[in-house]
Amino acid sequence: METILVSLAGGLAQAFEPINLMMIIIGCVVGLFVGAMPGLGSVNGVAILLPITFLVPPTAAIIFLAAVYYGAMYGGAISSITLGIPGASTAVATVFDGRPLAMSGRADKALTAAAIASFIGGTISVILFTLFAPPLAEFALKFGPAEEFALMVLAFATFIGLGGDDIPKTIFSILIGLVLATVGLDIISGKPRLIFFDAPGFLRGINFLVLAIGIYGIGEMLWTLETTGGKVIVHKVKMSWENFVGNVKSVKEYIGTTTLGSTLGYFVGTLPAAGATPASLMSYGLAKTFSKDPDSFGKGNVSGVAAPEAANNAASTGSMLPMITLGIPGSPTTAILLGGMIIWGLRPGPLLFTEKPDFVWGLIGSLYVANFFTVIINLAFIPIFVRVLTLPFTILAPVIFVLCIVGGFAPTQNMHDVWLMLLFGIAGYLLRKLNYPVAPAVLAIVLGPLAERSLRQSLLSSQGDVMIFFERPISAICIALAVGLMLYPIYLIMKKKKKADTADEASS
Amino acid sequence: MTVRQAELLMAIATVLLSLGLMWSSTDGLSISWVPNKGPGSGFWPFWLSIGLLLASLATLYRWFRRATPESRSEEPYISGPALTVVGVSVAALLGLLIGIHLVGMYISLFAFMLFYVKVIGRHPWGITVCLVGGTPLFVFGMFEWALQIPLPKAITEEWFYPVFDIMYGTNHFWAYMLGAAVIVAVSGWLAHKFIDPQPGTEEG
Repeated sequence: METILVSLAGGLAQAFEPINLMMIIIGCVVGLFVGAMPGLGSVNGVAILLPITFLVPPTAAIIFLAAVYYGAMYGGAISSITLGIPGASTAVATVFDGRPLAMSGRADKALTAAAIASFIGGTISVILFTLFAPPLAEFALKFGPAEEFALMVLAFATFIGLGGDDIPKTIFSILIGLVLATVGLDIISGKPRLIFFDAPGFLRGINFLVLAIGIYGIGEMLWTLETTGGKVIVHKVKMSWENFVGNVKSVKEYIGTTTLGSTLGYFVGTLPAAGATPASLMSYGLAKTFSKDPDSFGKGNVSGVAAPEAANNAASTGSMLPMITLGIPGSPTTAILLGGMIIWGLRPGPLLFTEKPDFVWGLIGSLYVANFFTVIINLAFIPIFVRVLTLPFTILAPVIFVLCIVGGFAPTQNMHDVWLMLLFGIAGYLLRKLNYPVAPAVLAIVLGPLAERSLRQSLLSSQGDVMIFFERPISAICIALAVGLMLYPIYLIMKKKKKADTADEASS
Repeated sequence: MTVRQAELLMAIATVLLSLGLMWSSTDGLSISWVPNKGPGSGFWPFWLSIGLLLASLATLYRWFRRATPESRSEEPYISGPALTVVGVSVAALLGLLIGIHLVGMYISLFAFMLFYVKVIGRHPWGITVCLVGGTPLFVFGMFEWALQIPLPKAITEEWFYPVFDIMYGTNHFWAYMLGAAVIVAVSGWLAHKFIDPQPGTEEG
């Protein structure tokens, strides 16, 4: 415990270094903006902005991106409340009560509640993070290649069991990401693999950013252009000091649901497939269940705004736990952060705590500071964000496209990758229209090389005996959980069938 | 094209893709055990591709059974207005990429922004000038200068020699950049002032 406090103090001191502090503030503002724009969420912001962060040292870069991640979770609420359109999928549940509140002229109350709940969610989760991360990392130090591989199987199994999407399509998405990661020179034998059409560009492999920016930049923009078309109605927000004080005082109305939602959000967030969106929906559901007045939900109950906002912020911190300690991202956004860490020359995983304590604790410290700054910036600039939201898409879309194209070129400086990115963007858009989930593919392309290496190393050490994954206790537990998760949807289908059958019998 | 037809076409495409990947994984690579070296280079991609094939076949099977919402939907896959906006954007992006090969990044960016903001967006000249002038300037400042990543310039390479002379010759490059940004902003304001229809005059 004491060592944690000492390290944390060091991390906080690092977060207050001028460059890092500047990154936090810029990151929060950018994140708030990105989160507030309908169609852009944290994952889009982080994917599009990652190439720009090569400008600063790795610690400052991840602090910037983490602040963007954080800010985006706050920002999502702004458009949910003022436009009635979720700024990001993570803020869907915020619309349920945020919109009615705005329509009855209490948008300021909803926005304040969202900001304060986000702050509470962020604070609770970052404290939980600080307590859980070091022991988990220490535990994970025992992991060999077999455990690493089993853990990744488990991570992918969560998508199948908990993702809620069409299962064959989810499997397709995971596997295509893994296959794309194998393109290029084989990491062990050095042989060129899957060099399509003998194009020399494929020899260098496919950078995960090419897929991430393609899908989350270009594909997402095409998707947004199609769905929103451009026209939205903004609700006027009147902010005055007296109202503000009153709104802050009303925090006691929702402090209970917020605390509950934060804790729930944190733990749901650590699961790769779950993350902030289901966490916020679950938190909303819980708040409604435990409320004394469940009927007022959906008609403008301020707890209905606070609960999901607390949960989605907590989940974003939660998803960093497996990323930092195990090297397994807890969300698509952290998958991109993880890929960024590899580009910066850091090896994600438990060793990070012992080898790069400055980096890890600097990040943790910055989460505390970012949380603090975001709530202030958010409350102060709500009127400005609301104006920016009315930006027509014919201005926003070309700017994002340009950032994608130039950002896709920057890491490898090869036009081959830019073409590939456009191809992935269009393919991602077309697949998404048919309900293929795209997030697993992004996670898979980041984890692909690590998964293959750990699999082949394990098999090499066991002389080809697959039993190695079942004989070692930790890996056996992970595999067992993974199998359980993969069978879970089948169990659900069977149960449904049985129910339908008995219903048929009863009616006949 | 309905969603149902699109689902079938996509499933067939993914089956073909998986077969292609399987063939590609065996192309000169070993997919089995190599003595003393463990699994061959093609082992991992080959088995992944088999998984892809199975997943695609499952989607195909579910299409025949009409088991998924997509395989039952007779709605249009991409509606008319959406096709226009998405199609124009994709075409503009294609043009941008081809342009980068032919006339370099900066001219292409200029043309792309002009097309998107003025032709599609029909925004007033003030905003157009600021965005169209500001974007290449920002990209140059960010990537070429700050990140030191040279962007493709194709035939316009020579145009930049004087700029590079300033960039690497003096320490005051930021002053020139700032000057250029001010020029863009002022010309945007002038365009807004003198070219764009003034408020009130539009109504008639």
